[in-house]
Amino acid sequence: MTSKWWANEESWRKAAIWVTAFMLVVLIVLTFDTIPKISVGSERVPAYSVINQRIDYVFNEQRNFQVPVIGTEQPLFGTILNEDEAEALVTWGKKITQGRNCMNCHTLLGNGAYYAPDLTKSWLDPNWGDSSMREAMMIRFLMDPPNNYMNDSGRKMPNMHISEDEAKAVIAFLKWMSSIDTNGFPYNFKPIDQEG
Amino acid sequence: MSLGIMDSNNLNGGQKLAVKYFSVAVILFVAQILFGLIAGLQFIMPELFFNVLDFNVTRMVHINAMVVWLLMGFIGSVYWLLEDEAGVETVGLKLGNIAFWVLTAAVTVVVLVYLFIQVGPGDDFTRWFINEGREYIEAPRWADIGIVVCVLIFFYNAAATFMKGRWSGISGVLILDLVALAGIYLAGMFYTTNISVDQFWWWWVIHLWVEATWEVLVGCIMAWGLIKLLGVRRKIVTTWLYIEVALMFGSGILGLGHHYFWIGTPEYWLSIGGLFSALEPIPLVAMVVHSIYDSGVHKFKSANHPAMAWLIAHTFGNFFGAGVWGFMHTLPQINLYTHGTQWSASHGHLAFFGAYATIVIAVFYIAVQQWRGGVWMSGNLPGNGWKWKWALGLLNFGVVGMTVALLISGYEQSFIERAIEGSTWSGYFAAQIHPWFVQGMQWRMVFGLVTTAGIVLLVWDLLTIGKGESRPRQKVGEAIGQQA
Ligand code: HEM
Ligand code: HEM
Ligand SMILES: [Fe+2]
Repeated sequence: MTSKWWANEESWRKAAIWVTAFMLVVLIVLTFDTIPKISVGSERVPAYSVINQRIDYVFNEQRNFQVPVIGTEQPLFGTILNEDEAEALVTWGKKITQGRNCMNCHTLLGNGAYYAPDLTKSWLDPNWGDSSMREAMMIRFLMDPPNNYMNDSGRKMPNMHISEDEAKAVIAFLKWMSSIDTNGFPYNFKPIDQEG
Repeated sequence: MSLGIMDSNNLNGGQKLAVKYFSVAVILFVAQILFGLIAGLQFIMPELFFNVLDFNVTRMVHINAMVVWLLMGFIGSVYWLLEDEAGVETVGLKLGNIAFWVLTAAVTVVVLVYLFIQVGPGDDFTRWFINEGREYIEAPRWADIGIVVCVLIFFYNAAATFMKGRWSGISGVLILDLVALAGIYLAGMFYTTNISVDQFWWWWVIHLWVEATWEVLVGCIMAWGLIKLLGVRRKIVTTWLYIEVALMFGSGILGLGHHYFWIGTPEYWLSIGGLFSALEPIPLVAMVVHSIYDSGVHKFKSANHPAMAWLIAHTFGNFFGAGVWGFMHTLPQINLYTHGTQWSASHGHLAFFGAYATIVIAVFYIAVQQWRGGVWMSGNLPGNGWKWKWALGLLNFGVVGMTVALLISGYEQSFIERAIEGSTWSGYFAAQIHPWFVQGMQWRMVFGLVTTAGIVLLVWDLLTIGKGESRPRQKVGEAIGQQA
């Protein structure tokens, strides 16, 4: 029995193999291109020591969306950290967010759960008042969220038993994350006043 | 053969193991729904279990129970068709049985730790023994390794059995797909502080599972199911399967890019991800055409009506949940506003239920039929088969209802939080307290209860259908198959 080419089992078998192999190769090539572009210290994902600096989120005419802008010195909690110290602090902060399962209420870079606000630009959120009180506000909130909630939905963040040192590490992680170039996500974000 | 009685003598070796997997799967399905109900209630009653069983715990159990019950359903399905497809007895079944018990014990321990320990400090011990804190793959590292070992044993059972017996187009695709499915899991098994790299690999696991390897796996189950239930000729389903693989991998592998819009990855992913993921619905349309056409050709005369109905529900659910609901937010111009809102939840529910829960339920029905000795399950069931029909109706109506409710909340959220307010903390809550959003959350609960009623009936039906039936199953096959 001869069948038309479009109903031929053997040619579709070959097509399946070749298409899959080709797409896989393209994905691998793109992966090799992408990984260096998102490694720490690249243009899109700054070094951890960026937490020593001021970070803004500014509209870019050319790209037509907001992008993070790294500014002058603005050390976190008043201390300049070297590259290793910064990495250690941010690493601890990230591990705390994983251990406390933050991602099953919040989104980070827009991924996670939808019960609580996105944390991508939390460091830049106007809810922390202005840049002079931000650090203290963030520590206070993280250490005792149920008594410092900031919304009228009735939803409160539970007490995650975060110590002051842990809170600082988490904030370092959040500050670093806010410096990542996310192609304009979140859109139309209105950052905190950092002039005061 | 003892007709009408649940007797394991009616099953071959692989099938005996399969029904063990199916039993655990059903229990986890029920657990998934219970925790989903609690998580959904916490949106409208935020004090519920506050500081005791918080939303992050209930949600995690909800989605982890889902992933595990579906995987167990898939593993069981493969054990189910293995001896039939290979023509020999399962190789290494003893080991396979041990793997089942180890896996079940591991899952139990993981869930108990989730519920009673919940969280830990920011150190490696937490990630190894309590919770990894990454959505869907929260299971601590020790469990990851255990899962990999058990899956390798399962893979050995399947591959060795086909090698000893005979290969077919279906089993060839199946085995290669299982290699990819297991290999991809490794991409989620390491720690990095760089959250962009973290999420880059995390999506390999999530996306390349549900939009590539899982799709092909259920394609294999579907192909086998059409042969068994309708008597479609093997050559036809095998050709279709190859077409499906070509279209699915051809679009789904690079479709991965629709998760690389906003996580720090370069701008070229906007075009690649948008283009290829927009093509992903094509194979899903093809599947609908295929199943309906085949059923029509065979005059809807099938050996197992409930299973056939669930297979058709699968093709539609896959098409709407993954194809239509996925397409709606897959272009970057739209995803910028919908990313990480209730839109995603709306799509997630219809896609996972429509594409995967449905086909696993179809196999459950195939299994109970044989378990009772290969009884009649076509038309004229006692009570006109009201239980399976109502279970089918309630479950699908419930999930579709939840999906629509979440979509309305999602529209409101992307409009108010994202477009107007600008995605800040206060913008988020401005959207969450808006009446349209709240109403969506309330309707989700109403339809959640409909879904729950459906699953109660489903479990009842699975336990009782075919009980005391004396007619053997409807014959399908060669005579009817020739017309195709
Ligand atoms: C059966 C197959 C599928 C399943 C089970 C599925 C499931 C999911 C789930 C659960 C999410 C949310 C992930 C999270 O928690 O962050 C998601 C996201 C997404 N899916 Fe699917 N999906 C499927 C197929 C598709 C297809 C075919 C498309 C496109 C045509 C698609 C487009 C998307 C997009 C764009 C997102 C990102 C949403 C966001 O930005 O928040 N999906 N999918
Ligand atoms: C009684 C029925 C159900 C209820 C009340 C329910 C409730 C929920 C809730 C509250 C969430 C969290 C969403 C958020 O973060 O805002 C969720 C997530 C999820 N549920 Fe369900 N659920 C139910 C049934 C199901 C079923 C049947 C499935 C699939 C088979 C499913 C799959 C999912 C998935 C994939 C997610 C993650 C979505 C995402 O991250 O985008 N659920 N569910
Ligand atoms: Fe995807």
